Amino acid sequence: MNKIFAVAGVVIRELYRRKDFYVLFILTVLITGLMWLMNFFHDDRIVRFIKEICLMLIWIFSLVIAVTTAARQIPSERESRTIFPLLAKPITRWQVMLGKFIGCWLACGVALLIFYIFFGLVSASREHTLPVGAYFQAFWLHWQMLGIVVAMTLLGSVALTPAANVTVIFVISIGILSMGGFLHKLAEHMTEPSASIVTAIYFIIPHLELFNMRELIIHDWPLVPWLDAFAATGYGLAYMCFFLLAACLVFRRKALN
Amino acid sequence: MRKALLSMVLLLVICFSIEAWLQPRYETRSSREETPGNPLAGMLGDGRKMVADYFYVEADVYFHSGYYPSVFDQARQQEEQDSDVSHPSEGSGEEETGFMGKPLDWIDAFGRHFIPSRHTHLQGETVREMLPWMELSAELDPQRVQTYVVTAYWLRRRLGKSAEAEDFLREGLRSTPHSPDLLYALGQIYLEDRKDYPHAKNLFLAALRCWHEVEEPKPLKTETGEGVRNTLLLEQILGGLAEDEEAAGNLNQSLQYLEQLKTNASDPAGVQQQIDELQAKIKAGAGKTNR
Repeated sequence: MNKIFAVAGVVIRELYRRKDFYVLFILTVLITGLMWLMNFFHDDRIVRFIKEICLMLIWIFSLVIAVTTAARQIPSERESRTIFPLLAKPITRWQVMLGKFIGCWLACGVALLIFYIFFGLVSASREHTLPVGAYFQAFWLHWQMLGIVVAMTLLGSVALTPAANVTVIFVISIGILSMGGFLHKLAEHMTEPSASIVTAIYFIIPHLELFNMRELIIHDWPLVPWLDAFAATGYGLAYMCFFLLAACLVFRRKALN
Repeated sequence: MRKALLSMVLLLVICFSIEAWLQPRYETRSSREETPGNPLAGMLGDGRKMVADYFYVEADVYFHSGYYPSVFDQARQQEEQDSDVSHPSEGSGEEETGFMGKPLDWIDAFGRHFIPSRHTHLQGETVREMLPWMELSAELDPQRVQTYVVTAYWLRRRLGKSAEAEDFLREGLRSTPHSPDLLYALGQIYLEDRKDYPHAKNLFLAALRCWHEVEEPKPLKTETGEGVRNTLLLEQILGGLAEDEEAAGNLNQSLQYLEQLKTNASDPAGVQQQIDELQAKIKAGAGKTNR
């Protein structure tokens, strides 16, 4: 386990050494700040609009951080040939993969936490309340979603070229987030065999949209029952394990030179 | 070296000449734009009306606190010819199926825990949350009169901001100066909020004149139901004029407008009742004067 956490530690250190997160965070602060300064009909209590913009930026940028961080792990190790001294140590390939995953996931979690703290401050400055429970649920589920994306990206990074991997994962993630929940409705109006294929895709894909609590947070809906949040966490972990296992299997047989 | 320097000077001169040639053309083009000085509108070009529509719908989404059918739900619902989409019965705490229908599978059922699944409307001052989308929509499509009228309604009726409503309506009038809807809405502010009856009367009369100019040439019925004459607006304008004259104490003038309204009204009996009441009032007033 120590070996896995050692690899993960390197990944986390890499995140705060690189400038990606800082740039994206500053961009979020700037855009949200501009929205905050906008005056609509001399009403300074309008908040949902700002929450919407801020959360949208957090979702986009967190996805960018997760995909780009995870996508470069294995390819950069191979490119710089540091993978060889790493694997020469008493560490197996699946431990490297698991370490990379935990590192990326934790790094995304830290970045996400900072984003959500900023979001909470922005929201509280206008609403004068801080629904900690709801924001924690939103953060937690968002983090589970990023875990699935990170696992998918790691699988892609051992099967595809880095550029293709990033593109494919972005297309898949955004596609699932925007249309994943409606595929079964589309299938209803299709003819065979398209209907069966779309229905099968609907049941196979990880439903990332299940982790999206944005609408509930923006419009001040009450907390999601904790049991449902727990079930969603289980659902997310199952997909993470699946993709991670697949990544380990591919990586185990992968020629590194 | 000398050649390079001369080439640079030549290039600078060419750049300056092209810029001097382009500048007046750019100025003419930007002054012809519907929303000059709006960077967002400039960036979106003709697509801004589509974005304006989207923002207008977004305001409605906010009014329903996020409980709103997606394009897929709308398509599905249209196919099923389900009647009441956007206004099923008001939420009462129980989970409603509404436009969503019954869950089709466990993913659908489980997913409903993470999205708004109950029909509610914004209450009281929270309606302010819709306003940014309305303003952005109006900025992108200033010719869309409905945006101004609806926004002014919320500003006045729910938020008590008649000054802001007036400013916004005047902004709309700058883009569509002959809109009877905008003039009528503005007249209402002067009648109901300011109690400035002469000013309100002028605005209602201007609205009436514009109605005859804009609406009268339109047909009373069309096959698709689009582009028909807005007779309801005429009723509202005449009703506003009658109310204004009554408030100003010109009862006979008010009676004349009500008579005019009766010929155009969708509910002539109701207008007749108003006429009878006003006539009784006039008689009572005359009796007092005689005594």
